[in-house]
Amino acid sequence: MSPLLCPSSSSLPSGGHCPPLLLLRVQNLGWYQPPRTGGSPRDTRVSGSSGTITLRCKDLRVLQLEIPGMEQCLNIAGSIEALSSVDSVMMMYPFFHRPPGLRLEQGWHRFPPERFFQRLSSQTSQWRLSTVNRDFSACPSYPEAVIVPAAVGDDTVTKAARFRQGGRFPVLSYFHPKNGTALLRSSQPLTGHNRRRCPEDEKILGTILDEGERGFIIDTRSAQAAKQARMSGGGTEPKSAYPQWRRIHRALERGRPLQESFTRLVEACSDPSLSMDRWLARLDGSRWLSHVKAALSTACLAAQCLDREDCKVLVHGAEGTDTTLLVTALAQLILDPSCRSLQGFQGLLEREWIQAGHPFQLRCARSASSHGRGKQEAPIFLLFLDCVWQLSRQFPFSLEFGEELLLTLFDNAYASAYGTFLCNNEKERSLCKVKESTHSLWAWLEQPEEKHKYLNPLYSHNPLVIWPSVEPQSIQLWQGLFLRWIRPSQHLDEAWSEIQRLVEGNNNSSKESTRKRLSQTPPDPAAGTGNGR
Amino acid sequence: MEHIRMPKVENVRLLDRLSSRRAVVGTLYLTATHVIFVENGSETRKETWVLHSQISSIEKQATTATGCPLLIRCKNFQVIQLVIPQERDCHDVYISLIRLARPVKYEELYCFSFNPKLDKEEREQGWKLVDLNEEYHRMGVPNNYWQISDVNRDYGVCDSYPTEVYVPKSATAHIIVGSSKFRSRRRFPALSYYCKGNNASICRSSQPLSGFSARCLEDEQMLQAIRKANPGSDFIYVVDTRPKLNAMANRAAGKGYENEDNYSNIKFQFIGIENIHVMRNSLQKMLEVCELKSPSMSDFLWGLENSGWLKHIKAIMDAGIFIAKVLIEKDWVSFGHKFNHRYGNLDGDPKEISPVIDQFIECVWQLMEQFPCAFEFNERFLIHIQHHIYSCQFGNFLCNSQKERRELKIKERTYSLWAHLWKNRADYLNPLFRPDHSQSQGTLHPQIAPCNFLYKFWSGMYNRFEKGLHPRQSVTDYLMAVKEETQQLEEELEVLQERLANLQKSQSGNNKVKSKQQDRSKQFGLYTSNNSLANTPQEYSNDLKSFPSRSPSQGDEDSALILTQDNLKSSDPDLSANSDQESGVEDLSCRSPSGGGCLPSEDSGKDSDEAVFLAG
Repeated sequence: MSPLLCPSSSSLPSGGHCPPLLLLRVQNLGWYQPPRTGGSPRDTRVSGSSGTITLRCKDLRVLQLEIPGMEQCLNIAGSIEALSSVDSVMMMYPFFHRPPGLRLEQGWHRFPPERFFQRLSSQTSQWRLSTVNRDFSACPSYPEAVIVPAAVGDDTVTKAARFRQGGRFPVLSYFHPKNGTALLRSSQPLTGHNRRRCPEDEKILGTILDEGERGFIIDTRSAQAAKQARMSGGGTEPKSAYPQWRRIHRALERGRPLQESFTRLVEACSDPSLSMDRWLARLDGSRWLSHVKAALSTACLAAQCLDREDCKVLVHGAEGTDTTLLVTALAQLILDPSCRSLQGFQGLLEREWIQAGHPFQLRCARSASSHGRGKQEAPIFLLFLDCVWQLSRQFPFSLEFGEELLLTLFDNAYASAYGTFLCNNEKERSLCKVKESTHSLWAWLEQPEEKHKYLNPLYSHNPLVIWPSVEPQSIQLWQGLFLRWIRPSQHLDEAWSEIQRLVEGNNNSSKESTRKRLSQTPPDPAAGTGNGR
Repeated sequence: MEHIRMPKVENVRLLDRLSSRRAVVGTLYLTATHVIFVENGSETRKETWVLHSQISSIEKQATTATGCPLLIRCKNFQVIQLVIPQERDCHDVYISLIRLARPVKYEELYCFSFNPKLDKEEREQGWKLVDLNEEYHRMGVPNNYWQISDVNRDYGVCDSYPTEVYVPKSATAHIIVGSSKFRSRRRFPALSYYCKGNNASICRSSQPLSGFSARCLEDEQMLQAIRKANPGSDFIYVVDTRPKLNAMANRAAGKGYENEDNYSNIKFQFIGIENIHVMRNSLQKMLEVCELKSPSMSDFLWGLENSGWLKHIKAIMDAGIFIAKVLIEKDWVSFGHKFNHRYGNLDGDPKEISPVIDQFIECVWQLMEQFPCAFEFNERFLIHIQHHIYSCQFGNFLCNSQKERRELKIKERTYSLWAHLWKNRADYLNPLFRPDHSQSQGTLHPQIAPCNFLYKFWSGMYNRFEKGLHPRQSVTDYLMAVKEETQQLEEELEVLQERLANLQKSQSGNNKVKSKQQDRSKQFGLYTSNNSLANTPQEYSNDLKSFPSRSPSQGDEDSALILTQDNLKSSDPDLSANSDQESGVEDLSCRSPSGGGCLPSEDSGKDSDEAVFLAG
């Protein structure tokens, strides 16, 4: 069945939408409950029974559809199941979605590594843009162009890549112009149980530091876990081989436990039978807020090493595609004011998540209701968005975008009409011709009427580092996301539009006032000068 | 003062709970009214002022190598950790504070010496700001059903009620007096709130002395009279705020609850709000959680759950007793809430202390969070009221009843908080409030029952002195400034329009425009600087210890502090003593950006987001 054909929309109560919208919702589906018989058996007027389909959507909404006629219900359920588990990327909706007013190529080339490097090269000459990964041969999950130390040649890089899991050799993630320090990321070294070493890898990390200079390696696993990784060929940088680097371990949860945490939180949020005590116990039991706190603390630690201790920092966990990116992306948001604009934030996402090879397709497949299916499912990106939300709550004027953008990003990471979050890395995107055959989310968001929705009316450029509080009292549940379909939001929405009204009213008066003033500039220039008062 | 054994101790360290690096060295002063800590630091010499009446407990901990730690916990939830070098000095400070924090006579309280330099007339006006009779008048009483009774003049019937009490017209003095004899502490049913729209009313009383079987004809008649005062209703609800078990247990002591068989047309209901002892313990437990040193998320959430505090808050909200716009003055002060007993202003039985008013204030805050546009006041208003309930700087919350307050001549001898708040009302306004907004129309309908998640921990109150925990930028202040500016711009626009009209008439230049323009740009300069709040990293790691830590400079220059009446008159609760508004030094953390001035940048090395006093 072609994905464009969907069951006749009139048979669904929510029908009446144009087919693409319905299809979007099907793709948004996380899990559906098999139909069960409903209706009143005593009501003889209804011949046959009706069925209920429960749709658990990836945006955490739960829909219940009562469908008259058991057979019809089963048919619909079958269709939905088939449609919601399309395996081939190229059969997915973004390849068919053609929004009016947008051109396919729009938005895809707004954040190339070259542009990022251009800004960097005006500040330092210690780094260079390498095309060693041109055909994705050195590292399949890196983009074609990466930034490496200027003093290191491409063949050194190629050899170092073989010493890192998945070929993810150390690359520059962020350059801190204030003191010339830098944030790097990689995957774990393949030390293994026989303590293998790699001179090329040691050279890369060695040339970064001047003589006597010290650097930090932030390992996002516990010391124990890093040690154990040696059994399966991984490991960590030994002191003897990297004498100028000090290792700090910060255990951040990933994979299955993080996914379970997410599922437990969503279940607690949608359980209306809880008493206050039970609610707090379940909130605590889900451990989600602990993960938020840990992620923020680790990002702050990295930022602190860079900004306050003037040290270069390398971040990695195991694969270097999950918690590593969480830490490097958050650290940049904390340190770098240019990441906090709408445009800059999109650039950050593009650089540190999409091009950096976070496996979106594997991690964001089923959302909270991935019942056992998909061992690769994990809400790392959601955890990042939650941390950004915490920052925006603590610094309400410092981010140019509001909660609405974070929600939209969450929705699109899990189910989208746009190609931006498709596939797991640039290589796959290139193979699937994502950039040629789908629209970019950034192009859609760039349209003035869309853009307006995502702007924070309170924004005012803050050139400083924003150090958040990571005390438990300061970490809050992101109600706007986890309770989006549950809590009444009318009063809060009203407050938000009141804020917009106040600020925009101010801008208007200000403009109007300036205009008036300009229009009444004295016609005679002599009249404007010569009076000292 | 005879109680001060040690007026000044030098080289005292003030610790910071969140960061050991932020400890500062300074001099500790004890005065008749305040504990004052003055930092040694070079230019700024930050000062921390704490009123003796705010102190709720003082704990002397075991001496360590660095000195003798002294922990001062305040009723406004400030916690001050000092380390005094000499054990003997620490002991003297401890003994002095124990005595100073527990005055035995009302006359020792701060409000009797506090003088905001108002003349007699202003003082009287302050006391008239909230007038009970006017409140009732606003509600529409007296009317055909309700009247003022003078049965309690000279406090003859009930000494904890005011002299003027609103009762149903049909309730004769005989009935009232009879009913009062059947009620605990003679608190007979009297009107609290009257709803003009539907004649419904809320009355309140103490428990009846029913025991297991006692009856009182007059009390039954009293309830009948109340029922008849609402011709539209056939029955009245009698709501008992206690858990049923507690009420039943009280019967053994000759007290109890109304028997539905004896009172016609009543519907009886328990709501199960726990008693003051449970509440006091619950708050205590929650505050312990707030004080934990680097707690994990789990420690915090588990502690919060275990304290039961939010459960109680929710129980109170669910009861729906507290309608948002109930004014504190009417419902709490005039009807003999036992302020002195419950808030422990004077030395007394610690078991009588309870945080009921804290809970009321928190309930209002929880409502504000759910209805951001519905309240004319903001969070700061609530926090400052809470502060002053315990500060004893104003006479409003002293004593246990109107009778006591009259005997002490509170209105002649002290000042009213409401006048003070009114004077600074610009600081307390909610910029989102609009009288014509739907949220400010009629009754609020808060979410009840399963919406637990709507109830949040109020760190703005319970951790209010740890500014590092709070959002670093205040939306309220920003919007207030924007609102003010818009207003000014609109006024300017009007002027300009007028001018334009004039210009069009006569094409002459005008130099006044220019000066106006300069004013405006100055104002803009201030407004754009509001973002650069001082912000330094917390301790995100202990692993960085190997690096030279940036310890605060320890100047040993002695700082002489001259206490003048001027210093004492400071009355802003953010002060634990804060900036003196008239000295021209603004407290940057709480003032609107338009009044602020340039905030220090993050690298200035001082935490200007702390509540401090910058006067030199």
